[in-house]
Amino acid sequence: MILLWLIVIPLAGGAIAWYAGRFRTAWPRWISLITMLLMSWVSVNIWILHYASLKEMDLHGPWILEVRLSWIPQLGAGFHLGADGLSLIFVLLTAFLGLAAVASSWTEIRERVGFFYLNLLWILAGIIGVFLAIDLFLFYFFWELMLVPMYFLIALWGHENRRYAAFKFFIFTQAGGLLMLISILGLYFVHGKAAGDYSFDYPVLLGTSMSTGTEFWLMLGFFVAFAVKLPVVPVHNWLPDAHTEAPTAGSVVLAGLLLKTGAYGLIRFVVPLFPRASAEFAPAAMILAVIGIIYGAVTAFGQSDLKRLVAYTSVSHMGFVLLGVFVWSELALQGALMQIVCHGLATGALFIIVGALQERIHTRDMGRMSGLWEAAPRMAAAALFFALASLGLPGLGNFVGEFLVLLGAYKTSVAITVVAAAGIVGATVYSLWIVQRVFHGPNEQKWKIPDFSVREMAIMLAMMLSLIWLGIYPQPVFNTSKLAISNLKMIAAPGATTEDIRPAPETEKRLADKSISKTTPSKNLPSPLAKEGQITFLWQREDRRDFIIAYDLLSKSLGGLR
Amino acid sequence: MLEFLWLIPALPFAGSLVLAFAGRRLSRGGIAAFGVGSVGLSCITAFAVAAGFIGQAPPGHFYVQRLWAWLSVGGFTPEISLYLDALSLVMMLVVTFVGFLIHLYSSEFMIEEEGYGRFFAYMNLFVGSMLTLVLADNLLLLYLGWEGVGLCSYLLIGFWYKDPANGLAARKAFVVTRVGDTAMSIGLFLLFTNLGTLQIQELMRLATERWAVGSGLAVAAAALLLGGALGKSAQLPLQTWLPDAMAGPSPVSALIHAATMVTAGVYLIARTHVIFSLAPVVQEAVAVIGALTLLLAGFSALTQTDIKRVLAYSTISQIGYMFLALGVGAWSAAIFHFMTHAFFKALLFLGAGIVINALHDEHNMFKMGGLRSQVPVTFWTFLVGASSLSALPFVTAGFYSKDLILFETWASPAGSRWLWAAGLLGAFLTSLYTFRMVFVTFYGDAKMQVSRKPGAIMTVPVVILAVLSVLAGFLELPSSLGNVRIITSFLGSALPSETVSPGAAGAGTALMIVASAVSLAGIFAAYLLFFKKNLAADRLAGFVPGRMLHRLWFSGWGFDWLYDLLFVRPFFWFARSNKDDFSDLVYLGMIWLTGRFNNMLSVSQNGKVRFYAAGIAFGAVVVIAIAVFL
Repeated sequence: MILLWLIVIPLAGGAIAWYAGRFRTAWPRWISLITMLLMSWVSVNIWILHYASLKEMDLHGPWILEVRLSWIPQLGAGFHLGADGLSLIFVLLTAFLGLAAVASSWTEIRERVGFFYLNLLWILAGIIGVFLAIDLFLFYFFWELMLVPMYFLIALWGHENRRYAAFKFFIFTQAGGLLMLISILGLYFVHGKAAGDYSFDYPVLLGTSMSTGTEFWLMLGFFVAFAVKLPVVPVHNWLPDAHTEAPTAGSVVLAGLLLKTGAYGLIRFVVPLFPRASAEFAPAAMILAVIGIIYGAVTAFGQSDLKRLVAYTSVSHMGFVLLGVFVWSELALQGALMQIVCHGLATGALFIIVGALQERIHTRDMGRMSGLWEAAPRMAAAALFFALASLGLPGLGNFVGEFLVLLGAYKTSVAITVVAAAGIVGATVYSLWIVQRVFHGPNEQKWKIPDFSVREMAIMLAMMLSLIWLGIYPQPVFNTSKLAISNLKMIAAPGATTEDIRPAPETEKRLADKSISKTTPSKNLPSPLAKEGQITFLWQREDRRDFIIAYDLLSKSLGGLR
Repeated sequence: MLEFLWLIPALPFAGSLVLAFAGRRLSRGGIAAFGVGSVGLSCITAFAVAAGFIGQAPPGHFYVQRLWAWLSVGGFTPEISLYLDALSLVMMLVVTFVGFLIHLYSSEFMIEEEGYGRFFAYMNLFVGSMLTLVLADNLLLLYLGWEGVGLCSYLLIGFWYKDPANGLAARKAFVVTRVGDTAMSIGLFLLFTNLGTLQIQELMRLATERWAVGSGLAVAAAALLLGGALGKSAQLPLQTWLPDAMAGPSPVSALIHAATMVTAGVYLIARTHVIFSLAPVVQEAVAVIGALTLLLAGFSALTQTDIKRVLAYSTISQIGYMFLALGVGAWSAAIFHFMTHAFFKALLFLGAGIVINALHDEHNMFKMGGLRSQVPVTFWTFLVGASSLSALPFVTAGFYSKDLILFETWASPAGSRWLWAAGLLGAFLTSLYTFRMVFVTFYGDAKMQVSRKPGAIMTVPVVILAVLSVLAGFLELPSSLGNVRIITSFLGSALPSETVSPGAAGAGTALMIVASAVSLAGIFAAYLLFFKKNLAADRLAGFVPGRMLHRLWFSGWGFDWLYDLLFVRPFFWFARSNKDDFSDLVYLGMIWLTGRFNNMLSVSQNGKVRFYAAGIAFGAVVVIAIAVFL
């Protein structure tokens, strides 16, 4: 049940923050901070508790924790959550970046603070759901759940061109999502017809036998949805706009987490569900990855809007993740995972810096920035650090990720590795360009800005230390995901049966009990239903202002079509 | 004592951390104490460890210190571990000792700078990274140090960040070396994929076992590692960044761009010499590249007016000699020249720093002049350094190390007369441009007033380096002059000894006499041209071909222009013109199409009854037609 709490805590925290926002603008901030601290505490506890067992190879079945509730039995859709080492890493990243996102919007957001934090926390809840859901119906539900609050976050608290960006974001991801829905349904019927057991459950659907053609098209549906999220060139176009226009927390969550849902989907669903089709598609995917690496790096360099530049670097970095996933060796997968985590930290931090800069000088135009080192040395040093992480400096985590991906890829294709490695030179060019353009040079505009405050420096230091840690001793992360990755590799290996990955009920129960007794403080927990009732109650009393605004916005955007 | 090995890189790293976080709260004295002290302690530890190593050599003449397992994924298990043998020991001593002297010098040289703490934080980080590079037990850790020194080089070239030109030079250095580094990282992928490890000694063993001499993989691996070495050591065709790197403060040029970092490529090749021996083609390429580079850079040095740029081209040229030595299999000779070069080139840069500082940051030698009497100590030490660089016979370290290289180039089976001739011509050029610099800077009429004279803290390191620039030569004397073999025999436990083809061994004395004569001839030519002011040089430069040649040499043979044309401009052009991301056009097109479609359909909704009636009638006809005919 602890997994359910990971979703319920941010949902409830968001609701409370929203409610409290009616009384004091400071309250939602503190409530969100406490919520995220609680989240981090719970997820770190899960990690510590299961760290030893994650390394053991004799664990029966893949899930260290599982929740299975009946939901829509008529359809074969269950409320089925499961966590293995892989999802655990994503959950930890979500908790950490969620904390950073809450802290970084502390002074930036001054309007409708309660509603802002409601959206922020609900996005996080949706993301956690995506990382934990192992019922495809539920997965799709969470997949859509994270979009709506994200849309509001961009459209309500974004910058100049926010409507356009929010709408573009929504349409792109929705188009991809619908293709995935078709594929989910296709898989559901193919499996149902063959086995007579209609189910959306991931462990059940694994190993479904189907014709090569069917498998390929179903795989493509999933791939496109995840490719839009990741993003893969040429369906990346929503990203620069969305990242640029979103408020800081939005950009952090987008770059650090939302993109990662695409990567997670590729690793968890695309290859294991459709191993043959994925293997067939792998060369094309790897070429797309390399195009993304180079194209993202070159285009990033051409930008004059600092935030847009950072956004394009994500396109480049995510190319490495795509490459690693489709190489599908242990080296490459672990590398991709490390790249996911470190990109989340480094790019998240860069977005926080850009956001802080915009808060101070009210522009993102690099042409108007210069010589800020003098004015804000702490900020400049932090930016330098994360720029170096971004260009893959050894000793920082990103290097480990990129190096392992390329090392794994070399075995598969030397040509692809060589071109991808050239992307690192591109990364050097744009990263140093950021430092030069913004912080070095003469202070022509005579900027006098406050340097990073203690709060901002605390966020930066936490992220720096994490990157150094991952750079010189990344083994804990590899240990955590090792078993999950070898499981996935076994599933995707030719001739694997579903028996290999079904959990043994005994172990599952034992582990679930253990974690609850140790990590939840109170036995007397309100059921999710009670929570729902509470929300309804709040809803009746609430002045509904925020929702009216949101509704109004939505209808206007839809009106904008004409 | 050996167990303290880890402290040697750790101390400068610690110093760097302290300065990075507390640098703003420390006084200048405090900063200098941490910055210089950490490297000083590291140097003392290095000497203690060296004493332990030499006093009681560990079995096999190497010592490995495992610190922790870096990562372990899918059979890839690099460790953070240090490897000390004769080769890394020599490198370590030079890096810490010269590093310490330069830090000491900097504590006075940089005293008026705003970013005093930042400077020492970067410098300490550099020394730590360089020591990591040198002491690394596996290629991944070496690569960490390798990139670390590249980073510090970038940071320190751009130390005076307010001038965008410095930033440009810094970025150029980083990006150009990164091109080489990328080749090297691909080499690492190749080595791991084919040999299953990156641990250097293990690699060397497996490579000899599994790869035949001249086999494709060995050649590819050596070529890729060479790519990294060319970038870092500023050899053809990646040499263009080093002259611009002189934008950094003079101590930085002395430490990074003369004594230590730029010789990392030499170290890399010496460290992985087994792979190069397995790829004779590539090793030959190393020799040819070295010979070409030493000539091209020598000619360029002849025409420079900026004193530091003369020294920069000279560094490229001298590293060319080291590459030449490596290419002909004279491994120890390369390391010996690395050592003497570290002393005399650091000395020259520090001397140049004093001169530049004394003359209000004037870099142009032709605006200096007559400094001999105004800064006498600097003059005499500079003269010693210049003599050593010019390989002044018998009394300078540079003479013995260069002579050894020239001899090996002649005598080694891998060498050739052509390479030797190139080296000899290079020697002439070296003494010509070096004494051109000396005569122009220190003799003649004083054109500027000296504003600042060096204090004791700046003078002491310079004097120590001057002494070493002479004495270090006596560690290794040719057979005709006493046959002292301290360096080569010490390095013998780590590097294979030179092979001399039969018949050539006796040529040593004759070759030495020729080399001495050439060196002296160069100095004499410089004396005639730049002291006596014989107008031949001006007249030569006055002719059209002379002028063109002068321009070509001055610009470093036009490599910058070529790379600008081939790489920089197309990249800029593409990036700028694709600012709005042309792939977005597809989606904008979709929006436009939807809009058109919408317009078309909205025409039908025009509120005119007769239009609707016509529509109904037409529709009915179509429906009936379908019903009737199908």
